[in-house]
Amino acid sequence: MKEHIKKLLDNDLREDGRKLLEYRKNIKVEYGISPKSAEGSAQVTIGDTVVVAGVKFGVGTPFPDTPDEGVMIVGAELIPFSSPDFESGPPSIVAIELSRVVDRAIRESGCLDTKKLCIKKGEVVWTVFVDMYPLNDDGNLFDAMSLAAIAAMKDAKFPDYDKKTGKVNYTKRTKTGLPLKGTPLECTVIKIKDKLLLDPSVEEWKALDARLTVGFLDNGNICAMQKGGEKSLSVKEISKMVEIAGEQVKKLRKVL
Amino acid sequence: MSNLKVKEKDIVVPGEVLANGMDFLPSQGTFRDGDDIVANMIGLTFIDGRVLKVIPLNAKYIPRPGDMVIGKVTEMSFSSWFLDIGCANRAMLSVRETQEFIESGVDLSRYYRFGDYIVAKIIKVTRGNIDLTMKEQGLRRLGVGKLININTSKVPRIIGKQGSMISMIKEKTNCRIVVGKNGLVWLQGEPADERVAAEAITMINEDAHKDGLTERIEEFINKKCKGGKDEKK
Amino acid sequence: MKRNDGRKVDELRPMEAKTGVVKRADGSAMFKIGDTIAMASVYGPRELHPKFLQNPEKGLLRCNYNMMTFSGSGDRVRPAPSRRSREISLVTQNALLPVLNMEAYPNSVIDVFVELVQTDAGTRCAGICAAAMALADAGIPMTDIVSAVSVGYLKNTLLVDINAVEDCDLHATDIAVACLPRSGEFSLLQIDGDVNQKQLVEALEKAKGACKKIYAVQQKALKEKYKK
Repeated sequence: MKEHIKKLLDNDLREDGRKLLEYRKNIKVEYGISPKSAEGSAQVTIGDTVVVAGVKFGVGTPFPDTPDEGVMIVGAELIPFSSPDFESGPPSIVAIELSRVVDRAIRESGCLDTKKLCIKKGEVVWTVFVDMYPLNDDGNLFDAMSLAAIAAMKDAKFPDYDKKTGKVNYTKRTKTGLPLKGTPLECTVIKIKDKLLLDPSVEEWKALDARLTVGFLDNGNICAMQKGGEKSLSVKEISKMVEIAGEQVKKLRKVL
Repeated sequence: MSNLKVKEKDIVVPGEVLANGMDFLPSQGTFRDGDDIVANMIGLTFIDGRVLKVIPLNAKYIPRPGDMVIGKVTEMSFSSWFLDIGCANRAMLSVRETQEFIESGVDLSRYYRFGDYIVAKIIKVTRGNIDLTMKEQGLRRLGVGKLININTSKVPRIIGKQGSMISMIKEKTNCRIVVGKNGLVWLQGEPADERVAAEAITMINEDAHKDGLTERIEEFINKKCKGGKDEKK
Repeated sequence: MKRNDGRKVDELRPMEAKTGVVKRADGSAMFKIGDTIAMASVYGPRELHPKFLQNPEKGLLRCNYNMMTFSGSGDRVRPAPSRRSREISLVTQNALLPVLNMEAYPNSVIDVFVELVQTDAGTRCAGICAAAMALADAGIPMTDIVSAVSVGYLKNTLLVDINAVEDCDLHATDIAVACLPRSGEFSLLQIDGDVNQKQLVEALEKAKGACKKIYAVQQKALKEKYKK
């Protein structure tokens, strides 16, 4: 009940007894949950929220404007498997935003050296697909998926590529991992009335007025950001939210 | 020859044969298939002489006349509200079934708005049509409170014998609590107490099939309430 | 005959099963056989949308089989439903319907979502095993739990629980079945390949035996959730 959440927040309380800026305790990253099929995979648990991400490699032609660079595509699907709130059908706008926000932090951080994904300039490059699914949505999918995506990428190993036939041999996996230079991570802070919260539950998410997802580089700089929700934010609030998210990201990075 | 294959309070799954032979009779949660009595849902066996029952461990709410339920207003027409009561069909509350006199043509959201939670009683169920009434004591719109979803098969355990369990929780936590037959529970009290009551109810929901439930719940509340007060000091 | 993974001809791959894996669903289950991992969640009976699909005489069982994009052994699987996955959704539905009484749910739907996390042959059968468990976990009345397995002939040898290597063999005949353990009747039967009538009957009997073993795993997992 939205009113109930707001009433509690007036006294700085939350439905599950957490403090406003308290993350759920049991955060877990498991690697290789689909070791045989996916070249990289991970499962992230935050409270009762569970998401999985998997990496698949493919080969294709590069984009004409970047002939010596491989391609990375990040996608999320909000499968009705994981929540009564999700519906079947083509990706909803919520799923599209989620994919793009997770994608942005990874892409803009420059952590993936796409030049190293080039097989033959102008002709063949690697395509890296990172796909994410919730298994159980108990809130805060943005943070969970950001963690899962980067974890799956860290877990990934290239399959064997046969230069003669131009085909990928998926049964043979090399020892080479993705050329990753860092671990960009995102953290979301939501605002309900005048209160700021971390790690929202599904009900808190439904009641939010504004939210800010901030992506951070390892050095603490910001590499991506997305403001959501129907209400506006002041510079002071944005600054505060960035600070909160930055502190939390340091803790999240430790579970990787 | 008749032969009983299970003991009292065994966990059984659909398709499990409980007994052979005609000496036994199938009741709730079971059916007869030729010579066998078979469970048709996951649950605990209950043997009452020759009668075999399976008490469900998990079940979706099936509306029945006389049930007091909690529902959320999701739709309105010119003469009725429609409530989501957590089953496949929406329940209808007609203006004629409310406690106050409502003139025809009035905007019904002046009385109950979208998203309001109401405690009402089912008067009729006919092929997916569920009719509600509020013309009884205690039936009303619920104020701002905490809502928890529990399994409908656990509702009797949460209420307890002659309401013993729920009275105990209400008394010890000082919360107002309404338990809908449909598995929605509404709580209102001091935030800390509200949480203890909610946790206790969640515990019953998860452990209802285990022994010594009342004692464990009482112990839990005593510990938590005391602990809570100590913390405040 | 020695199988590529060292199993005996009538030996199933190692199985693991668990229920209650999706907290927000009304019922859920994971079923793993060898390297194939299927998960299923059940929602309902709930209101059926769009409304024109509603049937006042009986409810709808709606199954959706999906392979996660990274769950295939080769290239990435395209996310949109393929003809293959739609057909599997349909046969899954038909495999489960005989144990359900849909007339009890007028105008409603029971949704079953099957997701494959990793695949190594026998995905539709693993999906059906998980789905049947998820339905039971949801407390939906059923006359039986459905178990499924694929058997087949490789160079005239009858093999139980075909793996991907055997499945890819050009001479292999793949027979996917779902069995109602109590009655021994079949609710799924699909054959790719070449068998005669005698071989078919022999294969079905073998499959029935294998399903009994699968059923034991499903039954144990369903009860496990309440033990602890």
